[in-house]
Amino acid sequence: MRMDLIQPFIGSLDAVLAEMMNAPAKIVDLTMEEGAYRRKGVAATVVFKGQIEGRVVLDMEPEAAAQVASCLSGETVNAAEAIVPETVCELANMVIGNAVTQLNDRGFQFKVFPPQILTEEQCDAAGKDSEATILCFETPSGNVHLNISMHYHRRRSRERSAAVVG
Amino acid sequence: MKQFEALTRKKDSQPVRYLIVDDSVFARKSLAKMIESFGGQVIGEAGDGCTAITEYTRTKPDIVLMDITMPQMEGIEAVEHIVAEHPDARIVMVSSVGYQDNILAALQKGARHFVQKPVKPDALYEIIRYVLNDDGVTTPVGAGGEASR
Repeated sequence: MRMDLIQPFIGSLDAVLAEMMNAPAKIVDLTMEEGAYRRKGVAATVVFKGQIEGRVVLDMEPEAAAQVASCLSGETVNAAEAIVPETVCELANMVIGNAVTQLNDRGFQFKVFPPQILTEEQCDAAGKDSEATILCFETPSGNVHLNISMHYHRRRSRERSAAVVG
Repeated sequence: MKQFEALTRKKDSQPVRYLIVDDSVFARKSLAKMIESFGGQVIGEAGDGCTAITEYTRTKPDIVLMDITMPQMEGIEAVEHIVAEHPDARIVMVSSVGYQDNILAALQKGARHFVQKPVKPDALYEIIRYVLNDDGVTTPVGAGGEASR
C-alpha cells in the first residue's frame, strides 16, 4: 500500500486525538495483515468510493473512547455507556473526513459514506479479501488502532484521465 | 466549556434559535453544548436531510447547523430544498469532509458558511456572528441579556 495515501490518515488521527483528548498520541506499532479483522475494542468503519476505494476502521479501547466522550461532555463517562460507540463513530467520521479532504486536495476524488459501528460478523467480512495496514497509537487512556484497507481504482482513474484529455 | 458573550436576536433580544442536523447523536450533543455556551437555544434536531426539511418548516430557526454526510438525504440536498422554500434560511455546513467540491456545492445551493469538524467553539462562534450579521447582537457574559435591550 502506498505510504503517501496512508500518511493523511496518520496526520488526521494524530490531530483529532490531540484536539479531543487534550493529550499526545504516538504511533507504537505498524503491521500489515490479511484476513478477518480482529476487533480490539469499540470499532467503527467508514467506507469511501471513488478513484481510491476502501474502508478505514477506527478501533479504540473502551477506556480511550470513554475519555474522549468525557472530555467533550464535561462529565465522567463510563466505558460501558451507550454514548461510547457513538463517540467512536463520530471520531472515525472526523479522522477519515479530514484525511480524504487532504487526499482530495491532491486530486483524488471520493464519496465518503456515514460511519457504522463494526459488529463481530462485519469484522469477519471486513478484511477477508484485502490487505490492511494497521497502526497502533498509544494514548494516556489506552490504545487506538487504525486499520486501513484501500486500493487504487485504475479503471476510474483512466476514465478520468481520458475525460480530462478529451 | 468557555462561556462566550451571549448572542441574541436584535429584533427581540431573545436567544438565537438553532436547528442541529447530524446523524451522530454525539455530534448533536457536542454542538448543543457549544450553542449553550453561546447563549443560544436548540429548538430542534434532525438525524437526516428529510427530517431537517420538516423540522425547519416546523421550527423556523434563526440558524441551521447542517452535516453533509448523512443517511437517506445528504446535507447539501437538504440545503437546496430548504432554501428553495425559505430563501432567507441561514445554514452553516458542519462536516469533517472539507474539500473544495463539497464546500462549493453547499454554497451554490444556498448555504451561508462552512466549518470543518472537529469544530472549535471559537471558530463556530465567529461564523455564527458573521452569518447573523446585523440581526444578531452580543451581550457580555453575566449581563443576562440586559445590555442588548
